[in-house]
Amino acid sequence: MGWILVTSAAVILFLQNYPLYIRSVPTENELKFHYMVHTSLDVVDEKISAMGKALVDQRELYLGLLYPTEDYKVYPRAWQRLRSPRAKSVFPNQLCRYGYVTNSKVKFVMVVDSSNTALRDNEIRSMFRKLHNSYTDVMCNPFYNPGDRIQSRAFDGMVTSMMIQVC
Amino acid sequence: MEAAAGGGCGSGPPLLLSEGEQQCYSELFARCAGAAGGGPGSGPPEAARAAPGAATAASGPVADLFRASQLPTETLHQITELCGAKRVGYFGPTQFYVALKLIAAAQSGLPVRIESIKCELPLPRFMMSKTDAEIRFGNMAELHGTKVQIPYLITEKNTFKRMDDEDKQQETQSPTMSPLASPPSSPPHYQRVPLSHGYSKLRSSTEQMHPAPYEARQPLVQPEGPSLGGPGAKPLRHQASLIRSFSVERELQDNNSSYPDEPWRITEEQREYYVNQFRSLQPDPSSFISGSVAKNFFTKSKLSIPELSYIWELSDADCDGALSLPEFCAAFHLIVARKNGYPLPEGLPPTLQPEYLQAAFPKPKWECALFDSYSEPVPANQQPRDLNRMEKLSIKDVADFPVPTQDVTGDDKQALKSATDEALPKDMSEDSATPKDSNSLKARPRSRSYSSTSIEEAMKRGEDPPTPPPRPQKTHSRASSLDLNKVFQPSVPASRSGLLPPPPALPPRPCPSQSEQGSEAELHPQLNRAPSQAAESSPTKKDVPYSQPPSKPIRRKFRPENQATENQEPTTAVGGPASVATMKPHPTVQKQSSKQKKAIQTAIRKNKEANAVLARLNSELQQQLKEVHQERIALENQLEQLRPVTVL
Repeated sequence: MGWILVTSAAVILFLQNYPLYIRSVPTENELKFHYMVHTSLDVVDEKISAMGKALVDQRELYLGLLYPTEDYKVYPRAWQRLRSPRAKSVFPNQLCRYGYVTNSKVKFVMVVDSSNTALRDNEIRSMFRKLHNSYTDVMCNPFYNPGDRIQSRAFDGMVTSMMIQVC
Repeated sequence: MEAAAGGGCGSGPPLLLSEGEQQCYSELFARCAGAAGGGPGSGPPEAARAAPGAATAASGPVADLFRASQLPTETLHQITELCGAKRVGYFGPTQFYVALKLIAAAQSGLPVRIESIKCELPLPRFMMSKTDAEIRFGNMAELHGTKVQIPYLITEKNTFKRMDDEDKQQETQSPTMSPLASPPSSPPHYQRVPLSHGYSKLRSSTEQMHPAPYEARQPLVQPEGPSLGGPGAKPLRHQASLIRSFSVERELQDNNSSYPDEPWRITEEQREYYVNQFRSLQPDPSSFISGSVAKNFFTKSKLSIPELSYIWELSDADCDGALSLPEFCAAFHLIVARKNGYPLPEGLPPTLQPEYLQAAFPKPKWECALFDSYSEPVPANQQPRDLNRMEKLSIKDVADFPVPTQDVTGDDKQALKSATDEALPKDMSEDSATPKDSNSLKARPRSRSYSSTSIEEAMKRGEDPPTPPPRPQKTHSRASSLDLNKVFQPSVPASRSGLLPPPPALPPRPCPSQSEQGSEAELHPQLNRAPSQAAESSPTKKDVPYSQPPSKPIRRKFRPENQATENQEPTTAVGGPASVATMKPHPTVQKQSSKQKKAIQTAIRKNKEANAVLARLNSELQQQLKEVHQERIALENQLEQLRPVTVL
């Protein structure tokens, strides 16, 4: 159960709810991104449990927009209020979060600043797919122990290129 | 020969430099100073040098040089402090030389102290990057260029990393100190690594300028002489040694090709070594080494795990978690290079690409048998020596290899990876690569299909119920004559007759049931008959047996009394008649008794005989029973052994 966070800034990949990979493009506000990621983890978990025992295919791995937030300071009550996974109201400085889960329950969370070009769903999906492929390649490496921090240069390079596209 | 340096300008301690160090340091200094000058002509730098005390090496190139020594920055700071540059504010020749000496000390693992430079040290090693060297080249004049190339070459030779520390130290000293120190047993070419573009430039420029640098050296050395005071004291010696080393270099460069990425090119020997290692891990050269096997193997190289992980990333081009032969060679080569100090490249060099390796070296796949015998003279444990030899070898033949049809081979590789054996032969037919290459690639699907079919066959074989199992019958000497089919037909009496000779001459039994005895086959009926016989015969002699206590324990349970009587009869038969005879003293009855006696005796005799025959028969049948039991056990075992196979 890991997850990746990609903000317009950061990518965090988590396994068992602790981070496997963290990346932020603008390095400030990283802590706040971490907070958001943790909150979105709950949403991801909820979605996973909602899916139940359904056969998980590629499409379902993509959880879509988790929930938008107006401000990065998110209060608990506000979460519940704002929890509308599919609503994509575009506010300024809004951070959209997207989730993705692999078959091995590695969670990818991407937080994107929507002040950038509004990313279409397909783009997000393709980004997640690339992330997933790169993650698979990392796993193929026999020197990589699952649960370690990901230090693969190829992975870094891929994430960087992805984030450059986004930002 | 040593000369004290720093007498003129430096404030450091007297520095003792050997000749080799002298010239090396002076070259490096010249380079740094020249680079600092940046002048196109040879004049200004020389003039700068000519001015006593004005010879300084600018901090820029010096810093680059120091960084190229690959020491940690703290060490470099220490060195800078120690050599006095910070104090003085510039890198004069003294400071520079002290710094170089300290770098050499640090690289040899000695602590960075002034004292450590007093001892004999190898020359410092600098890893020149391409860009730095090119900048230097670009900035200098042709003349300078040649001069620089010489020290560059020296340093390049020095920089090639050790496989073996001792050899390395000796080797670093050997190029420039060959006329002086006794070189080690390994030839001077030992460390002439086919290195990067410096050689190519040398080839182009130095061939024409071979005589020129010699002359160029002279003006260089001499102006340095007065300014440096000590070091230039023996310019002639320097020149002589320089020429010698230069000639060596010249020989060397002839051996090298002009490929830009020499360290990433696998020589024939290296390739052969890698192939052997591959085969030690995985006997089939066309299949893969799994990730875990490769991990264990490469971990032995004692590189750090992140580095190994990165090497794997680079070499496993298709990211399948397994290494094919070219991937393995690439990975091995990267490990070797890394152990020798080369920084790992950002991407897989073109000469290490799997397609390139496959096309360039198709032979090893086919000539593995040859390599077996060929590799034997190569001592397996002397890996450093192998590598050194590999580096020594020229790569002349590389140019001879045809340009690999990478597309086709790449496609073939992909097709292989998709593991469709049927598609592969078609691809093979379209393969326009070298025939050997296609053959080697054909060998792959062939081996795969072969293996798969063999597995299928094995499965099929296993699934079929074995028709006569090819196991030797558990035979006994007696049972061998048995017809097994008939064994399982207990009703067939012929088997018994086959086993034992039927008691042919059975005496006529008093009872009709006894006549059936000869054709007996079953134990139970037989035994039943026997007791019936006994029962029949016993009433005639009831009085006799009863008079005698039962002596033998019964042999068969279902014949307790009769058996007892029967057993008794033979044993007592001998003494019986006599005793019987004596036990009937009645004279009046004697007549009757004599008749009876006779009758009894005959009966006894008959019964004895019958008893003996039955006993014999019994023993034979018991034996048969045992054998049959054993056969049954054997067959049950067979059945059980066959059973798990049939389940599949």
